[in-house]
Amino acid sequence: MSGPNSEYDPVEVTPLQAEHVAAARDEAIAAIAAAADLEALKQVRIAHTGDRSPLALANREIGALPPQARKEAGQRIGQARGAVNQALAARQEVLEAEHEERMLVEETVDVTLPTDRRRRGGRHPITLQSELIADIFVAMGWEIAEGPVVEAEWLNFDALNLGPDHPARTMQDTFWTEPADRHVVLRTQTSPVQARTMLTRTPPIYVACPGRVFRTDEYDATHSPMFHQVEGLVVDEGITMAHLKGSLDHLASQLFGDGIDTRFRPSYFPFTEPSAEVDVRCFVCRGVDAESCRTCRGEGWIEWGGCGVVNPRVLVACGVDPERYSGFAFGMGIDRSFMFRHNLEDLRPLFEGDVRFSAAFGTEI
Amino acid sequence: MKAPKSWILEHVDVPEGTSTDELTARLTLTGLKLEAVESAGADISGPLVVGRVLTKEPEPQKNGKTINWCTVDVGDANGTGEPQGIVCGAHNFEPGDLVVVVLPGGVLPGGFEISARKTYGHVSAGMICSARELGLGEDHDGIIVLPADAGEPGQDVRGILGLDEEVIELEVNPDRAYALSIRGIAREVAVSVPGATGFRDPALRDTPLADDQGHPVRLEDTTGCPVFVARTVSGFDSAAPTPDFIAQRITAAGMRPISLAVDVTNYVMLETGRPIHGYDADKVQGAIVVRRASEGEQLTTLDGTRRTLTAEDLVVCDDSGPIGLGGVMGGESTEISGSTTRVLVESAHWDAVSMFRTGRRHKITSEAGKRNERGVDPTICEAAADRVVELLTTYGGASAEPGVTVVGEAPAMPTVTMALDLPANVSGLPIDPDTTVGHLEAVGCTVRVDGDTLTATPPPWRPDVTDPYDLVEEVVRLVGYDTIPSVLPAAPGGRGLTRAQQLRRRIGRTLAGAGWVEVVDFPFVGETDLDALGLEADDPRRTVLRLSNPLSSEAPAMTTTLLPALLRTAGRNVGLGASSVAVFETATVTLPRSSEAAPILPVDRRPTDAELDALVKALPDQPLHLGLVAAGEADPAGWWGPGRPVEWSDAVDAVRSVADALGLELDVRPAALAPWHPGRCAELRLGDALVGHAGELHPRVCTTFGLPARSVAAEVDLDVLIQHAVHLRPAPTFSTFPAAKEDVALVVEESVEAAAVEAALREGAGDLLESIRLFDVYRSEQLGEGRKSLAFALRFRAPDRTLTDEDTTAAREAAVALAAERTGAVQRA
Ligand SMILES: [Zn+2]
Repeated sequence: MSGPNSEYDPVEVTPLQAEHVAAARDEAIAAIAAAADLEALKQVRIAHTGDRSPLALANREIGALPPQARKEAGQRIGQARGAVNQALAARQEVLEAEHEERMLVEETVDVTLPTDRRRRGGRHPITLQSELIADIFVAMGWEIAEGPVVEAEWLNFDALNLGPDHPARTMQDTFWTEPADRHVVLRTQTSPVQARTMLTRTPPIYVACPGRVFRTDEYDATHSPMFHQVEGLVVDEGITMAHLKGSLDHLASQLFGDGIDTRFRPSYFPFTEPSAEVDVRCFVCRGVDAESCRTCRGEGWIEWGGCGVVNPRVLVACGVDPERYSGFAFGMGIDRSFMFRHNLEDLRPLFEGDVRFSAAFGTEI
Repeated sequence: MKAPKSWILEHVDVPEGTSTDELTARLTLTGLKLEAVESAGADISGPLVVGRVLTKEPEPQKNGKTINWCTVDVGDANGTGEPQGIVCGAHNFEPGDLVVVVLPGGVLPGGFEISARKTYGHVSAGMICSARELGLGEDHDGIIVLPADAGEPGQDVRGILGLDEEVIELEVNPDRAYALSIRGIAREVAVSVPGATGFRDPALRDTPLADDQGHPVRLEDTTGCPVFVARTVSGFDSAAPTPDFIAQRITAAGMRPISLAVDVTNYVMLETGRPIHGYDADKVQGAIVVRRASEGEQLTTLDGTRRTLTAEDLVVCDDSGPIGLGGVMGGESTEISGSTTRVLVESAHWDAVSMFRTGRRHKITSEAGKRNERGVDPTICEAAADRVVELLTTYGGASAEPGVTVVGEAPAMPTVTMALDLPANVSGLPIDPDTTVGHLEAVGCTVRVDGDTLTATPPPWRPDVTDPYDLVEEVVRLVGYDTIPSVLPAAPGGRGLTRAQQLRRRIGRTLAGAGWVEVVDFPFVGETDLDALGLEADDPRRTVLRLSNPLSSEAPAMTTTLLPALLRTAGRNVGLGASSVAVFETATVTLPRSSEAAPILPVDRRPTDAELDALVKALPDQPLHLGLVAAGEADPAGWWGPGRPVEWSDAVDAVRSVADALGLELDVRPAALAPWHPGRCAELRLGDALVGHAGELHPRVCTTFGLPARSVAAEVDLDVLIQHAVHLRPAPTFSTFPAAKEDVALVVEESVEAAAVEAALREGAGDLLESIRLFDVYRSEQLGEGRKSLAFALRFRAPDRTLTDEDTTAAREAAVALAAERTGAVQRA
């Protein structure tokens, strides 16, 4: 700090006097503290740091001082302006935080308002059930085979060992197309897909065939002229009924839950020999205290479908060497499986297109 | 087949204490599935007791009828021990007789509740029962009079009447016709119930030797009818009542008692499985001849129907011509009646296939037909006839005439040869040769083993056993299906879902994600539906495949379009109060393309590729379609503001989004096609391939289907889309130099399509154009009538540099120039 200077022009530059600078600084800091919001602070900033502010004006006067006095005055002003700017920044931060807090409160909405600005779609539960079943087979390395619903009589019947005098071919079961001597039917089962597969591919064959089938049943709670079936076919060397049982047990456990298996009862289907009816263990009561179970009606088991060893006659008609290969086949209703899996008593909602029904299942089941 | 348990156990012994549940569980496991166990008296409840008639006072009534006022001793069954006063309308009893009394509180079949009631001036406290009232068959004549030693008054009468009899109903598969008889079921019990012994074959009996004294019979078609046995009884009392055990058993089996002669033949059919026919022997004129009918020959059958026969029908004839449709139904002219005294008993074997065809042709289903068409034991004709003669002579006062006619011979059973280890190899069970031989012998086969080969001759009641695998089934079912292990076969590495299958799922998810709901409908259609769409007379969608036997005459054909069903579905949802409906369906449609027949190919070899080709070509084309219909709001109104009604573009965009999901961009052109609004219908193409149509529905179609105005629809061929789906998309590269944006507004005639202007701009702008988007369509007085302004936002970008203003301006001007040239567009100042 320099001492009093004898060469100094004794003319005083008032604004640069220490008490004046201090007063301007204090006034600014007081104004900053008093600014209630960001807008007020902005005005304070202009008033106390702007070009016309006392400190700015004082700064301008430094040039009028004798050179030896400028440094001290400059320091004094600089310190004052630094203090003001610090106070401004601090106040700015406080006010911004207050402002944000207030805005967030003010912008509060009612998040319980409905948000459904767009329609929700859904896929048909039978499509979903078919895909679920297909995925189970695909996971086992099987493939999904398909065929037409309007089918040749030979593929729907003859090739499957349903000779011309089989009761299943009478008028009350099969939809025939006109004229009848064209031998074209609506397939009554998905089995013609199995025949097509054997006719066009060489073993090993591991396929599942889901699809629509038709019977001339009057439409009621448990019958429909159109319904959905899935059939499975395996043709390979050394295939036995044990493999059939294993595949169905696997399907049952995947579809209905761990530990759900199947049982076989001897039956008759022209396509297979030996043939069996398949029951699936009730997945609700699991056969324990079945008496009160509504799903299996006290049986502990639910009738599920039919199965058996592919009749060698079918292999021959479809060009598979029965000496080398054997196979198994099975079939069950997809709609029926859906009905007991989802506790649906009447099948008609499946086919009546009420959007509330499909929409309830969304896009996965 | 309904079989009274006591009847079964007359022919086989099961271990003491074997319950009905155990018995039927075993039968179910070996292939005769239990349907139900019923008892004849199941629908009777409350006190049903023996009563002894103490007094019987006839009281003539004003209406000419006489009733009997009776007092009946019912022991303590009425709680007092006092005689019970009962009014009875029947007269076939006397004081001292034992009768069946239902006391107040009892319920008889049909829900008929008994209470004490005032009638004919008395309080009748109960009822004396007839057989009919107890569901035991038809009345013979009045009430049931029990044998004098039947029981004590007050004793429960159910056991005495067989009302506690359990009737086992079994499901019999078509290959197991032998189980349509007590004989077959008892045999099945013998082989499948552990510890069962002593099968007593009801068809095993000494029969009189055939001679030439019986009614003459000639067989002209020994394939159709290989064996014919005729026996005659005379002195038959046609009024003789059917004994209770026969009436009860055939009733339990589900048949109606009619008369002794008929009931006896039915009884023997149930017992042995062999259908029998009885003729009034005095009405049969001359020798019996069995032959095929001549085409057009006439016969009036027992049911009174006059039938025209075909050359395939087997007929039994006498000198007068056909007197019966062999094995299916007898003729009216020789029917047994109340005046019949001689009965000719026919026990003949018939060809199963002929039986099936004749039954189907003449629409006759009967218990006899059911058995004959599935196959009956041909070796028991004599035994069955003899059993009928026995019963007619025992209960009908008849005597057997001496002659015994047996013509023809039961066909020999074919032998079946199989590898001895086949049952093990097919079942996956360790079945040893002894087990195989044992089980085959148990079901009646004669078995011979030569080294590794087994030869079996099936028993005559098993015509279904013809193949090695049939033998396997017999062995495995007796070993037990429940012992088959569970082994998951190892499939070779699969290919997963096909591309088409994956894409179909993607399509469904795309639409569901966009707010559409999938439905499933029947594929049947009728003229009315196609008319409702407003299809032109020559619209190819009117060429339908018709069904010979539709369920409804309204919808007798396979549909060519998914729209009628979808429109109905949408209309139904609107009718149920839905303010917004968006439904879709994916299904095949049927498009006839050939009038060739699908040949019936041989089954003893693989068809040739040419044969298969002919088969497949005869089928209609069945492309997979997507149909969709939307009505009402596309976006709902809400607190956020107003909703947006469905409009034509929603249908087009739904299909575009499906195409986009497959990596495809559709070409859109205006089109006019029913059922769409002629000015608001888009044709969707992929190059030369037509994909389908979308747009707003014709107002009349909306009205017809109960849909709000401006509802929309689309129908496209998914096979076409899936065929073209982009499989491998190259990865895109992007320039990181800055983009330049330019907007242009072009004024064109109203008829100019936006897509045409856009295409011209795109082409004119050249390679620097990155994207183009129409963002506004504007019409005003200033522009003038019939003109519109289309505003496009263009973005330019170069791959290798920052564009200069000159670059951008030049590109924009080139774009506008080409648009002007192609579409007459004028840039708006
Ligand atoms: Zn259960």
